[in-house]
Amino acid sequence: MNGSDILVQILRVITLQDYNTRMVMLGTGLLGAATGVIGVFLLLRKRALLGDAISHATLPGVCLAFLIGVANGGSGKSMSMLLLGAAATGLLGGLAILGLRQFRRIKEDAALGIVLSIFFGLGILLLTLIQQIPEGHAAGLEGFIYGKTASMIAEDAMLIASVTSCVLLLALLLYRPLQLLCFDEGYAASQGWPVLWLDGLLMALVVAITIVGLQAVGLIMMIALLVIPAAASRFWTHQLPKMLPLSAALATLSCLVGATISAITPRVPSGAAIVLIAVGIFLVSMFFGKARGIYWNWLRNWKLKSSYDREHLLRDLYELVELERDQKKLGKQALTDISIPVDVIEKRRLWSHGRMLRLLYRLQLQGLVLMQGKDLVRFTASGCKEAERLTYDHRLWELYLMTYADVDPMRVDRSADDTEHALDPEIIGSLKAIIDKEWNGEFPPSPHPLESTEQGGAKR
Amino acid sequence: MNDALPTFQWYWDLDGWIILAGIFCSASAALLGSFLVLRRMSMLGDAISHAVLPGLAAAFFLTGSRQSGLMFVGAILVGVLTSWLTQWTRQIGKVDEGAAIGVVFTGLFALGLVMIVRGADSVDLDPGCVLYGSIELTPLDRYRVAGIEIPRAVVMLGSVLLINLTAIVLFYRQLKITSFDPALADSLGISSRAMHYLLAALVALTAVASFESVGNILVVAMLIVPPATAALLTDRLSTMLAVSVTIGIVATVSGHLGAITVPRIWGYSSVSTAGGMTIAAGILLVGTIVFAPRTGLVWSVGKRWLWGIRVNCEDVLALLYRKEERGEPGPTVNTLSKQLLLSHRSLWLYRWLLSLRSYVRVEKSEWKLTERGRMAAQDLVRSHRLWENYFASEVGLPTEQLHQPAERLEHFTGSQIRKQLLEHGPSQDVDPHGKPIPPERNPSP
Repeated sequence: MNGSDILVQILRVITLQDYNTRMVMLGTGLLGAATGVIGVFLLLRKRALLGDAISHATLPGVCLAFLIGVANGGSGKSMSMLLLGAAATGLLGGLAILGLRQFRRIKEDAALGIVLSIFFGLGILLLTLIQQIPEGHAAGLEGFIYGKTASMIAEDAMLIASVTSCVLLLALLLYRPLQLLCFDEGYAASQGWPVLWLDGLLMALVVAITIVGLQAVGLIMMIALLVIPAAASRFWTHQLPKMLPLSAALATLSCLVGATISAITPRVPSGAAIVLIAVGIFLVSMFFGKARGIYWNWLRNWKLKSSYDREHLLRDLYELVELERDQKKLGKQALTDISIPVDVIEKRRLWSHGRMLRLLYRLQLQGLVLMQGKDLVRFTASGCKEAERLTYDHRLWELYLMTYADVDPMRVDRSADDTEHALDPEIIGSLKAIIDKEWNGEFPPSPHPLESTEQGGAKR
Repeated sequence: MNDALPTFQWYWDLDGWIILAGIFCSASAALLGSFLVLRRMSMLGDAISHAVLPGLAAAFFLTGSRQSGLMFVGAILVGVLTSWLTQWTRQIGKVDEGAAIGVVFTGLFALGLVMIVRGADSVDLDPGCVLYGSIELTPLDRYRVAGIEIPRAVVMLGSVLLINLTAIVLFYRQLKITSFDPALADSLGISSRAMHYLLAALVALTAVASFESVGNILVVAMLIVPPATAALLTDRLSTMLAVSVTIGIVATVSGHLGAITVPRIWGYSSVSTAGGMTIAAGILLVGTIVFAPRTGLVWSVGKRWLWGIRVNCEDVLALLYRKEERGEPGPTVNTLSKQLLLSHRSLWLYRWLLSLRSYVRVEKSEWKLTERGRMAAQDLVRSHRLWENYFASEVGLPTEQLHQPAERLEHFTGSQIRKQLLEHGPSQDVDPHGKPIPPERNPSP
């Protein structure tokens, strides 16, 4: 296939020229919207994997319906019978999970696993039984579980459309109680809502959406659609009314993109393509989601940390300069004239050389310090003023701790180090009012010996 | 199939090996599963058993063979990766655990599916074949070990069992502490993370060894169902391990027997053994839920029922005593039914029970106390009135509220407590309503 062929192919798919493509897009898109909505409720109810258990639990129902159909003289492959069977055992599986939860010793995860494996085991057993029946070409039944996205016909799409619209309508009508159920079960019960029935209803919605989805897109994709878009939308918003349409939109988007990729790429199963696109969307949301994304959290932390570093460095430099001035008995104006070797500052912090240089470079860009060569640094006038303010705050807090909290002078430095960044002007004002009397407005000296004195201080 | 009676043939050479492979698989899974269930990681077993697909596919493309050691390496790597990705999504993204598992395993499975389908030209490997192997075929593929022909699956699952057993014996203490109290474990210098990944690796190993031989669903079932059953029966980890392995073995044997015999009753030949084993495990679980001592349904419902009968019988005795005290004639079933709010049917049962112990005799449909019954009723009424005295003087309840609590407590009051009530309460011979307190019956059991 050359380039232009591929383009033509893509165009055909995107403009929905094939009957088949139209049906697949319509079917999976609608299914995505409904699973996205139901998935949000499941996620918030902390039952994300309920879809997993229920979709496995439908297999024995399909087989039983087939067996009953054959026993009554039919072919057994009546779609409505199979769906009814699937719904019956799916619901039974859901009820079994609710029932098992009543036992203190069986935890939720074990209940899910128990129902999933036992029901599916029963289904496998019945399948081998069906294979022995002369009429039973079980291949069709397996398709029921593993899906046949690519060969979706109008009838399937119509079925999906009607069921998904019912499910969506019910979910919207019961929005309020379902919301209460998800966020505060106890409160919902105290408001008179029948919590157990609501749980059962949510389960019934999952069953309904699962059985139509299963035969359309298969088991794994059904689970993925119920879990991934909901979890992805959680990164973007904290509000349920926004989360629901967002999750539905993300699910639909991954269905449409996945189906398109599958249609234009040879040998990529559409179910798998849809799941992988959904996972991709999830990853993007996880990193860049506005509400809980990793990137934003990381950025906030980084900004906070670098502002701490900046303040620490300015104060270190100020104290070293101050020490130098006092040792050499220089005048008050000389603070900006004294240069300090970088490695002397470095000794006061457990910072790497690279981190120190990066910080100094940033301070220089802000016009607070001047680098002289590679290893000498001194204040600019504005830098000195800023550092003086920071040092003043730090010492205020140290004195407060010593005077009023009885903290040992040797230990106040570390404690003040952590707190000083959080001191807002109001607190500084009241600290000043408390402590200022002792200094008569003078700039306070450090209440404890500075560390660098023992190390020989700043040498020129 | 033409036989009128359900018959079946048992071949040691076939069924023996199938059961042995099943036992090795169930025992390995049940050992690991106990820890998974305790750590609330049951669904991780299901997730890993799906997620190893890309690992299998990658190993398969590299070697072109389905029987290489590399398949195991690939599967274990992906198993640990699954577990790591789940943890990562959960902690970094603060996603609910179930959702994290769901995202990771469906994603990996889809990846594996694409790998397999894309490579389908050159290789013969389909997901159905990888995940739903058949235990019935295990005896066909054999190795020669020490002069005996042993099915490959039995050798493989046997080694897996050995590995799991060794790991659990070596790290028993660490696994135990990290399962019950991860914080304590970390403070003791035992890494709960390391144990988590050890478990994940072992689950992946067990899953992949079981896939082609016995099928995916059996591993998942045996990882969860026997340990969950054992958890209903015991509180000790060592007992739980032993019980869950035993349950696994019982389910395996009975499941295979069931799968080859039961369908013959309806004229079919044998069905899926793995399915049968799963169902057998399920039946054992349901049986445990219903019949387990202390925690079972029958036990707790039965205990409540017996208490109900005892309390109602005692109420009947006390009522008869009070009627006698007031010189009224013995009540009929109708009067009793009205005054005690009991149905006629249950009163027949109580009448039968009480006359069996010769507490009550019924003359011309009037219920009367016997001498023995009077003595028993005397204790009850004495307890009741002593409590009323106590509540009136010590607790200070108003007179009209004395009856209710006393009515409840009289059923649980023995002679020892009556003595204490006499010591602490006011020493009177009448209760607050002015009724005499009957004397203590002679010391008797």
